[in-house]
Amino acid sequence: MASGYFLTILTFTAMYISLALSLNILTGYAGQVSLGHAAFLGIGAYTSAVLTLRYEVPFWLAFLAAIVLTGLIGTILGLPSLRVRHDFLVLATMGINFVVVSVFKYVDFFGGAMGLVNIPAPSLFGITFRGGVPYLLLTTAYALFTLWICWYLSKTWSGLAFQTIRNDEEAAASLGVNPARYKIYAFGISAALAGGVGSLYAHFLGSVFPDNFVFVESIGMLSMVIFGGIGTLRGPIVGAILLRLIPELLRFIQDYRFTFYGALLVLMMLFQPMGLLGNDSWLWQHLTRWFRSSARSAKEDVR
Amino acid sequence: MLLLQNLSNALILACTYILMAAGLTMVYGVLKVLHIAHASVYTVGAFVGVLAFTRLGNFWVALAIAMFVSGIFGVLIYRSTYFYLLNSPRTVPLIASVGMFVMFTDLLQKPFLMGAYQRAFPAGGAGLPAVKTALFSFTAKQVLILLVTVILLAIVYVILTRTKLGLSWQAASMDRDMASAVGVNLNQSIAANFFLGSALAGAAGVLVGVYNNSVFATMGDLPSYKAFIIIVLGGMGSLPGAILASLILAIVENFLVASIGYVLPRDSIAFLVLILMLMFRPNGLLGRE
Repeated sequence: MASGYFLTILTFTAMYISLALSLNILTGYAGQVSLGHAAFLGIGAYTSAVLTLRYEVPFWLAFLAAIVLTGLIGTILGLPSLRVRHDFLVLATMGINFVVVSVFKYVDFFGGAMGLVNIPAPSLFGITFRGGVPYLLLTTAYALFTLWICWYLSKTWSGLAFQTIRNDEEAAASLGVNPARYKIYAFGISAALAGGVGSLYAHFLGSVFPDNFVFVESIGMLSMVIFGGIGTLRGPIVGAILLRLIPELLRFIQDYRFTFYGALLVLMMLFQPMGLLGNDSWLWQHLTRWFRSSARSAKEDVR
Repeated sequence: MLLLQNLSNALILACTYILMAAGLTMVYGVLKVLHIAHASVYTVGAFVGVLAFTRLGNFWVALAIAMFVSGIFGVLIYRSTYFYLLNSPRTVPLIASVGMFVMFTDLLQKPFLMGAYQRAFPAGGAGLPAVKTALFSFTAKQVLILLVTVILLAIVYVILTRTKLGLSWQAASMDRDMASAVGVNLNQSIAANFFLGSALAGAAGVLVGVYNNSVFATMGDLPSYKAFIIIVLGGMGSLPGAILASLILAIVENFLVASIGYVLPRDSIAFLVLILMLMFRPNGLLGRE
């Protein structure tokens, strides 16, 4: 039982690593703060749940459909960025979350407030992935896939484009980088990846409820990205792990989880806006300095 | 007849939106911060109002106390956070604001504050008479909302146009550094701005609490979100725009719900309006440029 509990925590941590990394594409790379990432998680989860429950589509197809459909919706929702400066667009992302949750809640097709239950567990070659180690491997594989996409985006030309947009949109435009187009890319990719997590989430829990995808959940994800270090690969991973594990280890925080997330956001903004391991952060500077000096002394030792 | 009654209902809805949006648009005008934690100020206002009312039994005293406490709460939010982030990129105070909003909402739901249940706010119409004519009618509660809103807006109008304080806000909204260079005491000016804006939000919380006879910890979420839509619609930082936009949104909501019923949840209308506005008129109806 204890190991089952531990596996559940690890599975959720893997899912939240994917979520934080995908949100980081939008918030860290394209510089667009999003307060509605849980909506994409929800769209993916409901797509997959509806397809498998109502139309008896096999899990793997439903999983792909969740990624594609969430990606498409994300792209459409990114369209206002053609016209609007980013701090106004933040409002739109918050609205997406409210509307998506209210659609799940008030449209009977999606089960209303009672949610959707008895979502089947995925199976491949006769093996059923019902919780436990197999599911942990599945979510870990997905987290690695997300990491690879993020790494790819940051290493290729698009990574440079994202960086220029984040630093100065007008300068980027003058160099022939179209900021709006890259923002829409970021919206699409980020939403698609979150949609995939949504599918895994729905089939892991076996049920989905509108309240799983409310606004504060989005803030939880944003806290992970910002706490760890916005715009880096290491930041969201460390942020997701720490913010999932700290409330599990310190029980008294569990009851005040959102107070903790909120206070953390305020404190990070006041003292370390780049995050714990961001590029200009205190900790990262000291870590790199320490690594460099120890590498140097190791070299001298060899001599 | 029905049309006029719908219009007068929309007017009452608009009044609550106006009080909420006025505070937000004032803060945006001076600080250029999307002050999401404004929702918490609104809820705190309603909460203090209901506490004061049950202890003292007088609505007007309760309203005054609630407005004062909300105003102080707003100033504390400014001094503890935004004050240090004035020169950061715009997303930094925005994220801090989101953090405060989430933190206060969660704390307010705890049993030692408001708890997770609804409280009644049985102030009725505070002794005001109902108005009934052949064409339209207002209940006593609606008269109360209308009266308080008109009085508060008149006070804000006088402060904005007839006092040095209003002038200093105007200067600060154009250029903070320049305003400070010509002798505006920015700290005092912004703190006063927060006090007034937050007091208005507190009043809105009290009025909505009385009108629905219920006060609860998450009551601020939707109104604050709508207030943002209103200030986008009205042009960021423009008070007349906010008033016009409140009226438009309230009328659209009332008539769409009256005519086509619940095709969409009523609250998503506001969101669709926002997306359309952002696409086609990003500077709002009365915004500059």
